[in-house]
Amino acid sequence: MSGKTLFEKVWDAHVVVAETTDTPAVLYADLHLVHEVTSPQAFSELRERGLQLRRPDRMLATLDHSTPTLPTNADGSRPYANAEAQAQVTQLETNCREFGVELHGWDSADRGIVHVIGPELGATQPGMTIVCGDSHTSTHGAFGALAFGIGTTEVGHVMATQCLLQRKPKTMAIHVDGHLPAGISAKDLILHIIGAIGVDGGTGYVLEYRGAAVEALSMDERMTVCNMSIEAGARAGLIAPDDTTFAWLKGRPRTPQGAAWDVAVATWRALRSDDGAAYDREVRIDASAVKPTVTYGTHPGMAIAMDAPVPAATNAQEHRALDYMQSKPGQPMQGTPVDVVFVGSCTNSRLSDLREAANVLRGRRVADGVRMLVVPGSEAVRRDAEREGLHQVFTAAGAEWRVPGCSMCIAMNGDLAQPGQLVVSTSNRNFEGRQGKGARTVLASPATAAASALAGRIADPRDYAVRDNRRQEQAA
Amino acid sequence: MKPITRIHSRTAVLADENIDTDRIIPARFLTTTTREGLGKLCFNDWRYQADGSDNPAFPLNQPQAQGCSIVVAGRNFGCGSSREHAPWALLDYGVQAVLCSEIADIFRGNALKNGLLAIVIDELEHRWLLKHPGIELVIDVREQFIALPDGGRIPFRLEPFARHCLLNGVDQLGYLLQHSDAITEYEQAQEAA
Repeated sequence: MSGKTLFEKVWDAHVVVAETTDTPAVLYADLHLVHEVTSPQAFSELRERGLQLRRPDRMLATLDHSTPTLPTNADGSRPYANAEAQAQVTQLETNCREFGVELHGWDSADRGIVHVIGPELGATQPGMTIVCGDSHTSTHGAFGALAFGIGTTEVGHVMATQCLLQRKPKTMAIHVDGHLPAGISAKDLILHIIGAIGVDGGTGYVLEYRGAAVEALSMDERMTVCNMSIEAGARAGLIAPDDTTFAWLKGRPRTPQGAAWDVAVATWRALRSDDGAAYDREVRIDASAVKPTVTYGTHPGMAIAMDAPVPAATNAQEHRALDYMQSKPGQPMQGTPVDVVFVGSCTNSRLSDLREAANVLRGRRVADGVRMLVVPGSEAVRRDAEREGLHQVFTAAGAEWRVPGCSMCIAMNGDLAQPGQLVVSTSNRNFEGRQGKGARTVLASPATAAASALAGRIADPRDYAVRDNRRQEQAA
Repeated sequence: MKPITRIHSRTAVLADENIDTDRIIPARFLTTTTREGLGKLCFNDWRYQADGSDNPAFPLNQPQAQGCSIVVAGRNFGCGSSREHAPWALLDYGVQAVLCSEIADIFRGNALKNGLLAIVIDELEHRWLLKHPGIELVIDVREQFIALPDGGRIPFRLEPFARHCLLNGVDQLGYLLQHSDAITEYEQAQEAA
């Protein structure tokens, strides 16, 4: 008998009622993450039907999407984008109070982007099934959890039954061989992967990232990679848990403690694909070939090395994308003038991301005319960053240091770019209008974003690292 | 949900590939706490000009597209976010079916749960439909084919449970609640382990 993949092990352990030809599996959800945007209609449905939450203890809620990232006003009020955004936040506060859900709201020291705080609190654990009304739930796959985004109807299903109706997806192994070159980040890697397999290459699949280059990644980097699985169309992406995972999780509030921790780790160690396990599709990526990578079009699959020529459009959609972006076929993205730089989002707002950006910015100034926003992913990240003085590096460079939230990634809280402006963004989507109507998004790593802010043009962060080294050599 | 057995309409074509959920309904409209009234915001930034008037270049604004409830869309329709506001907006706008050679997973699931027929068809037939807007089609959910005016048929396959729910107006939450005992047993077994 051939072995099982990591995905199959997690899936099989959560089947409550097996799938048949006529009916999908009833799949148990261990953890249900909730935020203000995709939950209100589900709570309303529960109320209308007179239903209760089956397992409020398996839910964790936060405020992130519609929340302002500017500090409170002098009168203590919060600078919401509009009354509707405020009402949505108030609605979640009310819902959590009435239904007994743990909410990390404004007064919580742990509030933050839902996909940042789940792992921080240790709520995200290997082998779990994790769902949330948010497509970037795939982030939690970095811990060897099966984690995927669901719609609001399904949010209601999980609230009432802790289960989902699901057909078993196909599996795809993404083997990343070799090692990432110095100065190349996990963001460059995942943009490179999506560029290789395409914006719909993962549709119908769960991805498993594996190979030497993946094993070498830190947890923050693994989260960046898994986060963007959905940008290739895959609902989920997983990485087998290992010592890196266990070391990161140990001691976090919601993880097992004491002897229970050792038992848990022993169980988690079995969560890897067996030798000989078969995938429906396998892809090989050479890590050593990855360069600083950016997008040039209006979906994340339109990604290339920043020094490579923009490909000519081959169909109407690509023509429209290049027109919208004002990208020029045959010319590289490197050197393109920049208006706004955004460092943040569930893709790249963790401490190591902020360090990566700060290392480039330290002692330098953002170019005239460029607006730079740095938005930490959570209150914990904000505290840690401020303890290290990173906020001073950002503000000294001329960037804005904000309060945690999704901010300009989804631009529904008032943080947005103006029509025509070009944004170099560490977020996950470069769709038309994603960061403001008419705004043009170029996805990039935190280091590339910082380098581009300094240059006022899309720039290679390695050039600044070289200058830093030279400066240090001269000083020595 | 009321049962859906067949849809009869002319087609309108949105030929662009990868029409994402931000294009279907921009994120800034997601601050709503209800499902209703999103139709007027559907395709907002594509459909309207800066002054709020209809954009004549938007395919669904064109006279021949009026009254069409079947949209033939370019490959990978609905990619991007999990927002169920996308199918809610499409349905409220009057779209009852989307035909495509590939539809993004989360969007497709959300659509079918709301009675929006998200139907995957063969690439060859998809290409033909993209080139021939305004064709009169009948989508037969029970028999799983699309009838063309010349008597030709395009077969398709819906996930059997989704099809059953559409045909019979089955409420999926009601179905899940019937498994409460099995869920309790599962939870007890997990806690014992």
